[in-house]
Amino acid sequence: MSSTPLTKNIVDQVRPTGFTRYEERGGYSAVRDTIGKVDPDAVLEIIKDANLRGRGGAGFPTGMKWSFVPKPNGQGHRYLVANADEMEPGTFKDRLLMEQDPHQLIEGMILSAYTITADTGYIFIRGEYHLAISRLREAIMQAEAAGYLGNHIQGSEFSFRLHVHVSAGRYICGEETALLNSLEGKRATPRTKPPFPQVSGLWGRPTIVNNVETLCNITHIVTYGAAWFRALGRGSDGGTKLFGASGRVKRPGCWELPMGTPIREIIEDCAGGMADGYQLKGFLPGGASTDFLTKDHLDVPMEYETIMQAGSRMGTGTMIILDDRACPIGMIANLEKFFARESCGFCTPCREGLPWVQQVLDKIDSGNGVMGDLDILERQGNFIGAIGNTHCAHAPGAMEPLVSGLKYFRDDFIEHIEQKTCRYSTNKGMR
Amino acid sequence: MTSNLATDNPMDLLTETEVGEIEREIRHLPDRQSAAIDALKIVQAHRGWISDNSLAAIAQLLDMSIDELDGIATFYNLIYRQPVGEKVILFCDSVSCWLMDGEAVCEKLSKKLGIEFGQTSRDGKYTLLPVTCLGDCDHAPAMMIGDDLHHDLTTENLDEHLE
Repeated sequence: MSSTPLTKNIVDQVRPTGFTRYEERGGYSAVRDTIGKVDPDAVLEIIKDANLRGRGGAGFPTGMKWSFVPKPNGQGHRYLVANADEMEPGTFKDRLLMEQDPHQLIEGMILSAYTITADTGYIFIRGEYHLAISRLREAIMQAEAAGYLGNHIQGSEFSFRLHVHVSAGRYICGEETALLNSLEGKRATPRTKPPFPQVSGLWGRPTIVNNVETLCNITHIVTYGAAWFRALGRGSDGGTKLFGASGRVKRPGCWELPMGTPIREIIEDCAGGMADGYQLKGFLPGGASTDFLTKDHLDVPMEYETIMQAGSRMGTGTMIILDDRACPIGMIANLEKFFARESCGFCTPCREGLPWVQQVLDKIDSGNGVMGDLDILERQGNFIGAIGNTHCAHAPGAMEPLVSGLKYFRDDFIEHIEQKTCRYSTNKGMR
Repeated sequence: MTSNLATDNPMDLLTETEVGEIEREIRHLPDRQSAAIDALKIVQAHRGWISDNSLAAIAQLLDMSIDELDGIATFYNLIYRQPVGEKVILFCDSVSCWLMDGEAVCEKLSKKLGIEFGQTSRDGKYTLLPVTCLGDCDHAPAMMIGDDLHHDLTTENLDEHLE
């Protein structure tokens, strides 16, 4: 039993764990011991009991999500989709898992599909992840050859076919219903919910979409049990999590740590603290669409509830560090340019509001802002930032770094407007 | 835009290989339209980009309207509706690369190639495009040249990455 189950097979970034090594280290034993031998409902109970929560950003309890899938009636397809469309700016965890240990994802998907009685699976992966795509394809062929994928797995009644779908781009594909439209060959516009994908998803059939890291956890929970998983966490959330830090820290990287690890340990111990000559000004705890936190929050444990209480979200768990020499307005303008570009264009507040916000930020950043611009930003932040005013969570997510940035870096905003210039020398132009 | 199509038969515009690859995708899908993105990617892999004629031929093969398919083609940033260079450079302009001075590297690259985002170098070698976070933030700034990831970029080491 490893205290770092997700990365136990990852030794370095040069030699990935192939089929033989994966099996030698206990891989696929959960498939052999479970498929056709344990009742799928019993597996579901273990996942529920483990309190595994989605690792893609939203943190929804996985077992509960699965429990919404109707009982199979023997007719039509049922789907399991791995969301491998890792595109949240500042996030670099799923690529590591897929490149270095592709069989871990595949085994997790086989067990998950068995639990929800899905017969077809897709790994929806972004087109830029060439190495992960080729390693996953090879791994699928190996798993098929070994009888872990395909018809009548391990001689049971359960059959599961797994395909890799290589995406053609766009951040919005990470939204689960947009992803389903894209898998159907359409524009990736999010769907209206309800109906939820569990009931009516891919081609109108019951579908579960889970993040790569979430699915990678399944094998270990099935193998070692819910109590073991819960005990891995340091607080109330179970398991481990891939945490990361990027920006001006000494050692940017990605580490598997217990849930509930304080932010300070991640930034100071794992990342080695700030790089020489730089100080911590703030950080986004879990990707571009999470609220800024500051050095006052360093002792907050990385757990869904505690991060929420601190005013942000766990998101993907990979932190983006703002240093004292980078302009906070420039950083927020960079983020909003990204969100404006990636809006699917379906609903007006997002399509029109995000470019407006971006223009106002650029205006302030270039020294042409007026005090009234702050009111526009506040108003937009509250309007398109409110869940329910837009078709999906894209614009509300986009407003998180803006609204929190206005709160924590207000002096910088006012200084830009009053001085009619930006005193930060670096990071100009790429917006 | 594609009214002067000279053929009713998509086989005349798409090669047998392309049609074969598209039909293979269709086989495990519930309907032909569901293969739209796969089909665009297949043709682009052979031709580098999707011309109006290619678009019309794919639409016909998939039994859908040209405009509907164009709505899909233009939605996705990795489908190119204009000719691109031998290699496409996808330069990450997201936040972690920005914090690590990625814009200075990008400016130098842009000057060196004599092109801005969205343009192709005069020798036809490179097209420069911005891309969302490449998931390599611990080695920012990062870019892709063709299928290869290049990272830890600086204005000093940029030349080494371009051969």
